[in-house]
Amino acid sequence: MSFLSGLLRLRRGPWEMLATILIALGVVMLMQPFALVLFTWSFPVTLVGTVMFIITSHFPE
Amino acid sequence: MSDPMAHRIAAATPPALAHRIRGLSDRAIAWVFVAPTIFLLLAVNIFPLIWTIRLSLTDFRTNRPNNPVKFVGIENYRKILTDADTWLSLQATAHFLIWTIVLQVVIGFALAYLINKKFRGNDLWTTLIVLPMMLSPAVVGNFWTFLYQPQIGLFNYVIAFFTGADPSSFSMIGEVGLAPWAIVIVDTWMWTPFVMLICLAGLRSIPPSIYEAAECDRASKWRQFWTITIPMVLPFLMLAVLFRGIENFKMFDLVVQLTGGGPGATTQLVSIDLKREAFEKWRTGYASAYAVILFVTVFGLASIYVKALNKVKDR
Repeated sequence: MSFLSGLLRLRRGPWEMLATILIALGVVMLMQPFALVLFTWSFPVTLVGTVMFIITSHFPE
Repeated sequence: MSDPMAHRIAAATPPALAHRIRGLSDRAIAWVFVAPTIFLLLAVNIFPLIWTIRLSLTDFRTNRPNNPVKFVGIENYRKILTDADTWLSLQATAHFLIWTIVLQVVIGFALAYLINKKFRGNDLWTTLIVLPMMLSPAVVGNFWTFLYQPQIGLFNYVIAFFTGADPSSFSMIGEVGLAPWAIVIVDTWMWTPFVMLICLAGLRSIPPSIYEAAECDRASKWRQFWTITIPMVLPFLMLAVLFRGIENFKMFDLVVQLTGGGPGATTQLVSIDLKREAFEKWRTGYASAYAVILFVTVFGLASIYVKALNKVKDR
């Protein structure tokens, strides 16, 4: 619940957490050996996560 | 300015220049000092990055500089991300990355833990262990190629001695199943000393008084290891993982020398694949898009890693 309210109030913690999850997910999708479709979508996911991380690191605590 | 050196420097400064500097504010002087670094950073890092992103959106080929360059949008990215061969290269890189980091951290930490104990010949052993990382990757690749030779290679004979198998019955760099492990072994052999040195720095930074306090509290060695040693060495370990992770993601020379990316494409890491696209097939636009994908991946990973590292340090 506090995670969602943090997101709505543009707090750094939850947004950085979301960006971190996206980056990690993108990297796993890029290197996994199971499905080509996951590999195809890995870069957009990582890119969104990375850009989000850069932006949200300037949000207030 | 009581320092005689400062007096000499002030006296040696030409009067015109001294007058100009005296007229500058502290902020301006700070900018004068920082500007060359910023300029270098822009010229060496930022400009090539922007240029690469621009090229990645075109069909430019370096071997045909006179051809008209066509803007293709995200077509290069689409091709890379639907290419099964690129996917295999990334899987080979993941295998290499995960196993080298795991082995180097475990063995490196164990060696550091041993070297940290005082014993006779400690310095000699440290020097001997550190030797591999001082060698050139080209040299290491070359002599491990000889060690892996099925007919005369020492490695095959050692394995044969322990397993009873025929030494010439397997080829570490010639078999699809063994080649990915061959490059993992060589990289681990070469770079474990680096991880060991970082861990050693971490171990030596722990004040003995903490262990003495733990002894007074009758904490067992096992408990001291998990509640003092590991938490205090963790930032150093994470730093070692970061360095080795970034370095191994772009591993090129050692693997090219050992296997050349073969057999087939089993050891074709992303950097080798990228080099082939850029300088053998001359698809510069495509290779630039490939480089941008790798850059974003490493940048994203490094960002979250540095954040985690800072959290561990603050604890």
